[in-house]
Amino acid sequence: MKKSRIRNIDQGAIMKLNKILKNTLLIVFACFALSACATSKKTTGQMQGDVYTGTDTVEYLASGVPDRVFFATNESVLTTASRETLRKQAAYLRKNSKITIVLEGHADERGTREYNLALGERRANAAKDYLMTYGISSNRISVLSYGKERPVDSGSNPLAWSKNRRSVTVKAN
Amino acid sequence: MKILIKIIILLILLPSKSFGLIEVDITRGNLDPLPIAVSPLSIDENSRQNFEKILKKRNIGDEISEIIEINLKTSGLFNPLNKDAFLQAPDIANLKPRFEDWNLIKAQALITGKVSFIDEKLRVEFRLWDVLAGKEMVALAFTTVPTNWRRVGHIITDKVYQRLTGEKGYFDTRIIYVAEEGPKTKRIKKLAIMDQDGANNKYLTLGNELVLTPRFNPTSQMVTYLSYFRNLPRVYLLDIETGMQEVVGDFPGMTFAPRFSPDGKKIIMSFAKDGNSEIYTMDLENRIVEKITNHPSIDTSPSFSPDGKFICFNSDRSGYQQIYVMKSDGSNVKRISFGKGLYGTPVWSPRGDLIAFTKLHKGKFYIGVMRTDGSGERLLTENFYQEAPSWSPNGRVLIFYRETKTDDKGEGFSAKLWSIDLTGYNERMVKTPTDASDPSWSSLLSN
Repeated sequence: MKKSRIRNIDQGAIMKLNKILKNTLLIVFACFALSACATSKKTTGQMQGDVYTGTDTVEYLASGVPDRVFFATNESVLTTASRETLRKQAAYLRKNSKITIVLEGHADERGTREYNLALGERRANAAKDYLMTYGISSNRISVLSYGKERPVDSGSNPLAWSKNRRSVTVKAN
Repeated sequence: MKILIKIIILLILLPSKSFGLIEVDITRGNLDPLPIAVSPLSIDENSRQNFEKILKKRNIGDEISEIIEINLKTSGLFNPLNKDAFLQAPDIANLKPRFEDWNLIKAQALITGKVSFIDEKLRVEFRLWDVLAGKEMVALAFTTVPTNWRRVGHIITDKVYQRLTGEKGYFDTRIIYVAEEGPKTKRIKKLAIMDQDGANNKYLTLGNELVLTPRFNPTSQMVTYLSYFRNLPRVYLLDIETGMQEVVGDFPGMTFAPRFSPDGKKIIMSFAKDGNSEIYTMDLENRIVEKITNHPSIDTSPSFSPDGKFICFNSDRSGYQQIYVMKSDGSNVKRISFGKGLYGTPVWSPRGDLIAFTKLHKGKFYIGVMRTDGSGERLLTENFYQEAPSWSPNGRVLIFYRETKTDDKGEGFSAKLWSIDLTGYNERMVKTPTDASDPSWSSLLSN
């Protein structure tokens, strides 16, 4: 009984926590279980190395076409998963030839502002280059670096930083 | 804004011939700040009433001496003594201090002065005395418009600092910075400017677009900064007196990391294209653009040496962020940072002998200084996050910004300005009305 409740919480139904568990002892127990789950998630569930592999922040250009790719610390190399995402984006953009896009490159907060502006530009260009090799013309793509100015996750921890190291493809028209 | 309001030095009353008097050693840190008595500037009743009408301050003499006192205390080099212990009345002390009285309360230096209202103007005279030697060290008088009273306090502090330390002061200066508000994911940023002591804070932009990294022209009231106006990140030039602004250069992409050359005639900055950032200069008179670096790595955060002959900058051409120095034409590129960790934001000291930087090592951020060949690295302060040091015009103090870690919910973020003495002592938060980052220190406004 307890176990099923905790799994439920783990899946995101944290709001229900107080309603379900009125007993203080049970709440304390649940907190322990939660924090244990949270830490194990950080290292395995949503990151590979320090590249974010989760879907919490991802939006979609169209069904099955994720809008963003993630990077390792200080890196602008595209991972296997990122290349797959970008191939899906390229296929979508080939089908919808009137759409133009902005690639917005971002860095995490653990770097100096000016270097991060350059790094964001480099990341967005890595995505641009890959889209171009899959047939998307450079005049449909513009690049904009935000450096560390627009994090999606305001946390100060490795998981939050991994979500923020990203290049996001945004429709411009 | 009336910035360059002229302060006329009316008469110089005997810049006294004194040798072997007190000196403050500024190379040692503040272990033993000099005890100094700042006697309130005396004022006659008629002048007091006139200034009260104009400035809404009950006693302008007290106000000016308080500015001097706070400046001296903030420098970390002086210990202004409690006024309650003063035995001599301000007006009499200014004529002829009874040195035994001041010696009794352990004052080694004494500031006295007088404020008067003459022809609608503020006239201030002040004297600096060596208590032990019983001698006058400095005597000056200024006349200016009454609204300039805060600057008079700063200028007096500069004169006192210079006489006692042998180096120019940094009190009659301003700081330009980025004021920040709102949640971390949707931060609103505005350019703001204030006096060095936090007074006269003003916002120069409205917050409609993202603005970053403002930097003063060392020779005028111009500022260069990065703005995301119309979502096009470009380097801009802003005249703070007129509010006029313009884009710097005609680059087909993002320009960022701007700074002025020491003569104020060029802007040096990065231009990013196709994943590669290079350093360029643009001459503000003839608009000629020159490419300085040529390397497929990130080259950014350039800063000129004060003689204009060299440039230090940040590059990851070795694989990671490091500090490099080159001649101003881009030749002779040499890496100078070789310690453990990553290095960024190099800034050349106005004295020419040091480069200040930000360093990241094992998850901690440091502000430090090294000689211009990379030797003698000294870390001044360690924290969770801090960066972007800017030098006081005399090269003795650094101002930078520091950010706090957020809690488990991603809340509790703040960014503040801090200053620290070159010796690593006297670390202080610089108060701002909102959160703040990217500070840049102006040159001395007077002299």
